[in-house]
Amino acid sequence: MDAEAVLDVRDLRVGFGRGVDLVDGVSFSIAPREILGLVGESGSGKSLTSLAIMGLIPAPGRVGGQIGFRGTELLALSEAERRALRGRRIAMIFQDPMSALTPVYRIGWQIAEQIRAHLDLSRRPTETRVLDLLSAMGIADPRRVASAYPHQLSGGLRQRAMIAMALSCDPDLLIADEPTTALDVTVQAQILELILRLRDEFASAVLLITHDLGVVAQIADRVAVMYCGRIAERGPREAMFGAHARVHPYTAGLLGSIPRLHGPRVARLAAIPGSPPNAALRPPGCAFSPRCAHASARCDTPPPIVPLGDAHEIACILPAVAAEPDHV
Amino acid sequence: MSEVLLEARDLTKTYGGGGLLSRRRRARPALDHVSVSVSRGETLGLVGESGCGKSTLGRTLLRLHEPDSGEVFFEGRDIIALSAGDMRRLRPEMQMVFQDSYAALNPKRRIGALLAEPMRVHRRRAGAAWTPAEIAERIDELLDLVGLNRTHLQRYAHEMSGGQRQRVNIARALMLSPKLIVADEPVSALDVSIQAQVVNLLVDLQQRLGLTYVFVSHDLGVVRQIADRVAVMYGGVIVELGDTDTVLHRPAHPYTAALLDAVLDPHLPFRRRASAPPVVTGADSDIGCRYAGRCANVAPLCRQRRPELGGQDGRMVACHFPLA
Repeated sequence: MDAEAVLDVRDLRVGFGRGVDLVDGVSFSIAPREILGLVGESGSGKSLTSLAIMGLIPAPGRVGGQIGFRGTELLALSEAERRALRGRRIAMIFQDPMSALTPVYRIGWQIAEQIRAHLDLSRRPTETRVLDLLSAMGIADPRRVASAYPHQLSGGLRQRAMIAMALSCDPDLLIADEPTTALDVTVQAQILELILRLRDEFASAVLLITHDLGVVAQIADRVAVMYCGRIAERGPREAMFGAHARVHPYTAGLLGSIPRLHGPRVARLAAIPGSPPNAALRPPGCAFSPRCAHASARCDTPPPIVPLGDAHEIACILPAVAAEPDHV
Repeated sequence: MSEVLLEARDLTKTYGGGGLLSRRRRARPALDHVSVSVSRGETLGLVGESGCGKSTLGRTLLRLHEPDSGEVFFEGRDIIALSAGDMRRLRPEMQMVFQDSYAALNPKRRIGALLAEPMRVHRRRAGAAWTPAEIAERIDELLDLVGLNRTHLQRYAHEMSGGQRQRVNIARALMLSPKLIVADEPVSALDVSIQAQVVNLLVDLQQRLGLTYVFVSHDLGVVRQIADRVAVMYGGVIVELGDTDTVLHRPAHPYTAALLDAVLDPHLPFRRRASAPPVVTGADSDIGCRYAGRCANVAPLCRQRRPELGGQDGRMVACHFPLA
């Protein structure tokens, strides 16, 4: 286990009942103050991965592998021990702040409740902390927001309130599941800026789960791409974006699918044919091979994970093929 | 392609106002004297953030919403003045595709029945009802056009992926050979790899069938891919209107520039960190420019007089101090 890492996930498997593993051997780690972008389309298993880390996989779910958090194996802990970590040292924010906030209490009360649950603070210091947190979120009038009900706030302010709640106990790890997907672009830019600033001020590591490569390219330090429950690629951001980046064919397909705002307009977007497979129907070899333009018979066995560069790896046969002496 | 298919003049629409439980605040209009025209065969993109009025405008253009005032001319006829019966007879010419592909399909009926529905509902067009064989033939044509096949006809909406469902919705909208399609965020709920397929499909269909699109979206990249011209909306008005690349590459309105600046384009990863605009909680101006409260270039004039949409060279802008 990587003792330096805040989070060290090894060979994580998540499944339900007797079904196949929907998350199938996922490994990654996050260093202190690092933002890891976990990218994938719907059904890729990225949200199940985050729920497994939080210990929130419902019955009859099974979770296998290892989840090391600051040197502690989370899967070996009792439910009570995990509950003590959850919200205190590992916090999570969601796409829809309304689902994380109760409509019937004021924002300030809800943030204070989180603090009361985990920290031994009396009333006055708790109140001060709530207002400090809201100001740290870039909210100009924290008192007004603290005394508001969630429905009285805009989407961006609600998102800030939820982030304030998540950070109220100084977590070591913040899991952000599509934190800006429901927001307008100008508000999204503000929230991403906020997450970057908070990483410095609160010294939290961040697991950023998103389908949006633009978000990842903008703020992640490292990126892991998931496809059909497996890691297709992981590496530093710099290695994966930019004109000369060498990436997994799936990552390349995703990037080609995103229309360009600049440069010549293409007649047709380079869409990936077909659609992501249901994990139950996952092909035996490379899960992406049925949609891949480079697929060959050698993709019928699970692809090796091969290094492309410094800490940059892809699960693909192509680099090995290219390296063979008789390859033209 | 300068022949105008659709022209809106001075549309105004205010929601709510007055109910028993309302707080009698003066509601801000969702559309505030909006005029725009769409040529035959072109795609007009409507962009802006939530609440800017883009969806309201899209729906009002089809008279799915009644405007408070103003006119919408479709092939020269003011459709707002039409009787309900005349409007129904005109409906096959103008169709809509929505963002939520699942909500748009009846979950209890098979895809085949859903595709046949438009022809059943409008069966008396040109005096004669379509026979079941004619309907089946038309369904076959459409399945082929949108990239589905006959095995899908027996399915229910929940048995299909989001991309397939949106293809069904597009096929349904095309069943009656419309001239105009208003698409409200049709690809926003789809995964990016599927989104690209559906954008390509919409472009192909337009070329093959000579369709005219009004494409409502918050995604500037998608709009650039599909739209010939783009209208940027803010606070119920069009603040900038022009050729897509002119508007998106040389924005004249500070709001357009701010929107573009906030786009995170993975093709340009290291260009800059998005500079966060200040958090604004203040209300938009009621007297001067609506955007004055958020605008970085605001001047006293902006708070006194509302700028009108004006200009030339394929671009109009509503700003006292345009950037380009």
